[in-house]
Amino acid sequence: MSILIYLIPIALFLGLIGLAGFVWSLKSGQYDDLEGTANRILMDDDEKKPD
Amino acid sequence: MTSTKPLSPQTSEDGYNRLVQITENNNKSLSLIVGGVHCAMCIQKIESALKSHKAVSEARLNFSTGRLNIVWDGSEELANTFAATVKKLGYTVTPYNPDLEKQSDDKENRFLLLCLGVAGFAMGNIMLLSVGVWATSTESMGEATRGLMHLISALIAIPTVLFSGRPFFKSAYRALSNKQTNMDVPISLALILACGMSVFELINHGEHVYFDSAAMLMFFLLIGRYLDFLVRRNAKSAASDLLQSFNGFATVIEDGKTSKYLISDLREDMHVLVAAGETIPADGTLIEGKSSIDTSLITGETLPRPIHTGDKVHSGTLNISAPITVKVDAAAEDSLLADIVRLMEKAEQGQAKYVRIADKAARLYTPVVHSLALIAFLLWWGLLGAQWQDALLIAVTVLIITCPCALGLAVPVVQVIAGKILMKAGVLVKSGDALERLAEVDTVIFDKTGTLTIGKPALAGEYDAEHLGIAASLAQHSTHPLSQALLKNYKGPFVNVSEIEDAPGQGLSATINNQHVRLGSRKWCNVPEPDADVSLSEVCLSIDGQQIETFRFEDQIRPDARETLDAMKQSGMEFLLLSGDNQGAVKQAAELLDITHYKAQLSPIDKAEHLEKLKEGGHKILMVGDGLNDAPVLSAADVSIAPGSAVDMAQNAADIIFMGESLSPVQRTYKIARNVQTLVKENFALAIIYNCVAIPLAFCGFVTPLIAALAMSGSSLLVVANSYRLTLKS
Repeated sequence: MSILIYLIPIALFLGLIGLAGFVWSLKSGQYDDLEGTANRILMDDDEKKPD
Repeated sequence: MTSTKPLSPQTSEDGYNRLVQITENNNKSLSLIVGGVHCAMCIQKIESALKSHKAVSEARLNFSTGRLNIVWDGSEELANTFAATVKKLGYTVTPYNPDLEKQSDDKENRFLLLCLGVAGFAMGNIMLLSVGVWATSTESMGEATRGLMHLISALIAIPTVLFSGRPFFKSAYRALSNKQTNMDVPISLALILACGMSVFELINHGEHVYFDSAAMLMFFLLIGRYLDFLVRRNAKSAASDLLQSFNGFATVIEDGKTSKYLISDLREDMHVLVAAGETIPADGTLIEGKSSIDTSLITGETLPRPIHTGDKVHSGTLNISAPITVKVDAAAEDSLLADIVRLMEKAEQGQAKYVRIADKAARLYTPVVHSLALIAFLLWWGLLGAQWQDALLIAVTVLIITCPCALGLAVPVVQVIAGKILMKAGVLVKSGDALERLAEVDTVIFDKTGTLTIGKPALAGEYDAEHLGIAASLAQHSTHPLSQALLKNYKGPFVNVSEIEDAPGQGLSATINNQHVRLGSRKWCNVPEPDADVSLSEVCLSIDGQQIETFRFEDQIRPDARETLDAMKQSGMEFLLLSGDNQGAVKQAAELLDITHYKAQLSPIDKAEHLEKLKEGGHKILMVGDGLNDAPVLSAADVSIAPGSAVDMAQNAADIIFMGESLSPVQRTYKIARNVQTLVKENFALAIIYNCVAIPLAFCGFVTPLIAALAMSGSSLLVVANSYRLTLKS
């Protein structure tokens, strides 16, 4: 059972990394306009390079 | 405070008297933005609290925008009292300012997502530990290890509940501190009691802790709350968008010079210069110039109307061909457009009275669950002689297990799925409860131009190819809709045309092969006016003064309008056609589509009155329309649909928008709305069945954290899975 001493902190740490990532994406405004973002993907904004 | 000083939107707490406006009847009115309103009960609370004040004649809260409008007879200072009253009920109050509105929306979005993310993290990690506890027995794990697992769970769960539970706690506190109750009270109670009981168990080295239940409950409920928020946020206020059109500038002629004025600053008797292609900013009289105006925004007429000196023009109409000077008869806020805005705002507020099916369920649910928990406690403690801790534990499990995870998901999940299906079919649903309301509709009001018809004239009948060629050659030099329609029907080569002249509102003249050719109205081509009322639009062609052809145009009915209407009739719908167009055109369309009730030449206000009458008769009404003249009816109807070709105002006012030339999406949306309603009811039934099994178990004290977790996630999954049946059905 002593393996738990390592495993639980590791599990929690990995979870916290995920949470931190989520909080970062939230604070940087990535969830503010979900529909806008969904539509943006259809916009033809990448320039075609001449062949 | 002098009235000339501009009012700052950021006033101090007792500055609301400065925002007071005087209404027509010398009453005072005040607009406020109220925050924290999220159910029909909140509206009722705020409105009734204000109305209990003697001086108040009207208090209305717009649910989708949070805008509260109060009208009263008395001193301006009362404004501060009203703001304080709403604050005391537990809501936040800010002066009305459209810019602030958007910000608070974004804030709530981020706040809910953050709560949801934290709850998700906590649930995942606590489950990780709990599974270990459930999978082994105390003997194999050892009491110390189990205690450690419980302790770690507590360390994750308690801060999480304090952090992510805030949306529920705040709302519950607001309700309780005013001696009232709402759905969040039992939720908060279950969360707090589950954590409190578990801490007690933890200290006493008890076998069962409910931290996982608390985290899971919170996570599921937050999902429901976030979906609900997303659906509700789409219900943008149409009226405030319309008001934006008063924010532009107008060119005013003063002492021979022109200067720019804010449209809202226009006053009577000012002379406004309107260039070709500009919108007329205020109601007025034409005093100089000759042009044609596009009145389709206001009246729904398809064709531009020629105007001459002395004619009345309405704000919102588009000046097409030549610059004109207009004498302002009424300031912007007294114009017809402003009347439409007022009608729409009133209608939007009237609609917030609709009690959504989830709220109906919640009102029944709360008292039942609380009394059950209380009975459980009293029964075990009083009658069966259990220790009060054990009795309380059982009461808590009753509260936890009945907490409406499934109930919280039952409605939003189906609505979000329906929204996605419809989106793929080219239908945009703007507010979640629009589908709920659509399912209850029994009468459909149609607008004609642009709704039942495509809204563009098309050439009707057969014509000589040579004549058509000459006409088309001339028509390519004009932007008039009828010219465009002529061009669309001609595929051959053009003839050489010279000396083209465009006479606004009358027609074109040119020289072809040394012959003088005219294309335009009957008068322009010297053709006598017909005796009968002609429902068709027409264009004459004359060569050297001799009429050689009359082209007739029709606004075409949408290709599958008949089939769509027949299909809807089979589900017991009644139809009514209300149009601003002339009698002949409306009659023709009505007969083609087999609509028995129709009315022509209606103003936007007439249309709204018709709707009111029907509503008073107890009908549930769907409005399908596309013009600005339909906008008040679109807002006031129980539910409304607009085509994607509709003007912005109409699109904003409508609950649902469909794309393309076909009318069938209207019928399809209705069918899906009916399916949604069935599924929502099934979901509620599932939640009730689940409770019928779970409550007796909890009552008898058989519910362990494992069973609670299984039951909660099981019922939620079941409801979500059932909701997905919508994709199979549609």
